[in-house]
Amino acid sequence: MAKVVAVTGNEACANALRQVNPDVCGIYPITPQTDMMQRFASYIADGKVDTESILVESEHSSMSACIGAAAAGGRVVTATSSQGLALMWEMLHIASGDRLPIIMPVVNRALSAPLNIHGDHSDAMGARDTGWIQLWSENGQEAYDNTIQAFRIGEHMDIRLPVMVCLDGFIISHSIERMEYLEDQEVKDFVGPFKNFLPLLDLDKPKSYGPLILTDLYHEYKRAQHEVMTKVKDVVLDVAKDFEKLSGRKYGIFETYRLEDADIAIVILNSAAGTTKDVIDEFRNKGIEAGLLKPRLFRPFPFEEVAEALKHVKAVCVMDRADSFGGYGPLFMEVASALYPLERKPLLLNKVYGLGGRDYLPSHAAQVLTELHEISRSGKVNVLKEYIGVRE
Amino acid sequence: MATTLTLKELSKKEDRFTHGHRMCSGCGAPIVVKIALMATDYPVVISNATGCLEVSSCISEFTAWNVPWIHTAFENAAATLSGVETMYRSLKKQGKFDREVKFIAFGGDGGTYDIGFQSLSGAMERGHDMIYICYDNGAYMNTGIQRSSATPLGADTTTCPAGSVIPGKLRSRKNLTKIMAAHNIPYVAQASPSHWQDLAKKIQKAHEIKGPKFINVIAPCNRGWRSKTNDAIMLSRLAVNTCYWPLYEIENGTTKITVTPKQKLPIVDFLKPQGRFKHLFSPENEGLLTQVQDEIDREWEKLLKEAKTD
Amino acid sequence: MKPKGWKDLPPGSVVLEGGSAAKFKTGSWRAFRPIWKEENCIQCLFCWIYCPDMAVKVKDGKRGDFDYDYCKGCGICALECPGKKGQKAIVMTEEGK
Repeated sequence: MAKVVAVTGNEACANALRQVNPDVCGIYPITPQTDMMQRFASYIADGKVDTESILVESEHSSMSACIGAAAAGGRVVTATSSQGLALMWEMLHIASGDRLPIIMPVVNRALSAPLNIHGDHSDAMGARDTGWIQLWSENGQEAYDNTIQAFRIGEHMDIRLPVMVCLDGFIISHSIERMEYLEDQEVKDFVGPFKNFLPLLDLDKPKSYGPLILTDLYHEYKRAQHEVMTKVKDVVLDVAKDFEKLSGRKYGIFETYRLEDADIAIVILNSAAGTTKDVIDEFRNKGIEAGLLKPRLFRPFPFEEVAEALKHVKAVCVMDRADSFGGYGPLFMEVASALYPLERKPLLLNKVYGLGGRDYLPSHAAQVLTELHEISRSGKVNVLKEYIGVRE
Repeated sequence: MATTLTLKELSKKEDRFTHGHRMCSGCGAPIVVKIALMATDYPVVISNATGCLEVSSCISEFTAWNVPWIHTAFENAAATLSGVETMYRSLKKQGKFDREVKFIAFGGDGGTYDIGFQSLSGAMERGHDMIYICYDNGAYMNTGIQRSSATPLGADTTTCPAGSVIPGKLRSRKNLTKIMAAHNIPYVAQASPSHWQDLAKKIQKAHEIKGPKFINVIAPCNRGWRSKTNDAIMLSRLAVNTCYWPLYEIENGTTKITVTPKQKLPIVDFLKPQGRFKHLFSPENEGLLTQVQDEIDREWEKLLKEAKTD
Repeated sequence: MKPKGWKDLPPGSVVLEGGSAAKFKTGSWRAFRPIWKEENCIQCLFCWIYCPDMAVKVKDGKRGDFDYDYCKGCGICALECPGKKGQKAIVMTEEGK
């Protein structure tokens, strides 16, 4: 039976990790993640999990140790934010290249400079090309649910890839929400025992992890890695189906809100989606057919499904909480690529919002929807990419 | 598990590090590795920092390692092994694994003194049960002889070349062995492949001590040292006998010199056969040569005192 | 041998066979060839312990010949060989002569 609780996003993720009871975890503090793993450390201290922690001296070492632990053969977790994820960057590629299913909540935070501890998506977007699966979460409940499902996805024998579970720093990590916890035994049964695959500790069959691969085979290895990513979507959906049976909560590769008959739509990740949904309701009440698409699976990106979901819309605004300076926002680039093969494409625009934790207000959503409404009538996009909620 | 340290007995053991590796002809590092691995009968798991040893020992489907081996990156052999060792402890505690395993990390001086220093320090402070072995050839040899913090005073490297104005490296190498001893870990030692039995004994001893251990081993590189392919053992022996590379151990804070040279040879005996020091023998660099000798004498005296006070 | 395609590769580039480097012969690198003169050999096995390439064959604690499949001809063995009565048990000769 589900238990209704009032907890923060960090607390919920820490609880999910406790329920999964991993073999090893890497712990290193960084705002706003710190509080998640320190909660987990107290579970270890109180004997509530079997996990052995490694209290590393940096995030680079944290990911290195997680890779070593996962290669040794067992279930491994860590968590990070911002600069920590950036410091891990080198090792993120090695975790995925070695096909190690490490699970890592990423509490999204802006990147320096200037130094800022608040939420935006610059950190995880910077890691989008590292070969990790990325699940994004609107609220604490989704962060909790995604964390649990991540183990089944990453550890699936056809996949064996690391998974990042993204949640917005402070907005979600530190806000108390009402959510439902599964029973410990339910989570344990859902995740199942860890299945070993080429463990280094198999002493009788000595294996070498991390060879030098030059021009003769590197290209083939990367092709093989690409192939694995093509299988992720179906596994995510299968796991979501099982999870729905258990929890009653339905997950897909993305969520749509009033999109089926929409003329205009916003594509947006994580916590800002909630605010946007409210404003969409207001516009619907005014007779404007507005809708929303909120990606859950950002890596691999479900191009065909996104195109199918948006193809009937007249104008779409993709909202990025990160910028690719000198390019469009990272989410925009994916959506634009997804829509390109369509014969009749929606008009597209890109807004950058909420950097460094700048509030995303209902008025911002209203401003964007109003502009989309005008574009849907005029058929003209004036400015393709611009910042909103910014002082001149 | 005791392995009898006679060559006759050791030669009966199966190679844990096999031929077919692609280290340069006459390289000192594989000699260090083979001795380190044959010194024990325990199952071992190896972590290897990026470097000569790593790129030459595991290429495509060819691995010279007949024991479990992992390489992830340059700066993190100790951190990676921390993870392996922690998983081992976790599985053992949970009753999911029941064999006794020993853990060894290998890194060159670049991967140990420099870029891997933080992760080494962290792993040692955390107390993981492992031996970290640095094979010190005194420069970034894999990338083509660039200066590291292990490069000795006066040496000519490709990034501190002996030029018409600057005579090679102007800084002395840092004493990593002493720095590791300052971590107050239970065992720290310095060894040389020339003294194979001393090296093997230190490995054996280290395996029997629980916790983090660090062994710094000199590993001549004829490419970088600009010497001959046949002199790795001769030069490492000279390093010991000139007191450039004293053989000692620090066990629970107690320093012991394990091999005292019968006659302390002048440092020029070690420098002369190496092309990287050639410029030190021209008259204008006489002062630098004296400085090299003075530093070695001073360090040796210090070590003698430390060993005596115990 | 046909080069491997991407479907033939082990996941995560893990090398599954320990010690497989033995299939890679490095003997062709050799410019100088060590010759073992058994009559001068005192069976000290220094050549064996100091060989960087595990290219000295030893059986039941007794030295045999060189393993020329792997010997890179560095000459450490010859330099370290104490020999007998001033006569080396290992001498280096130029390959191809």
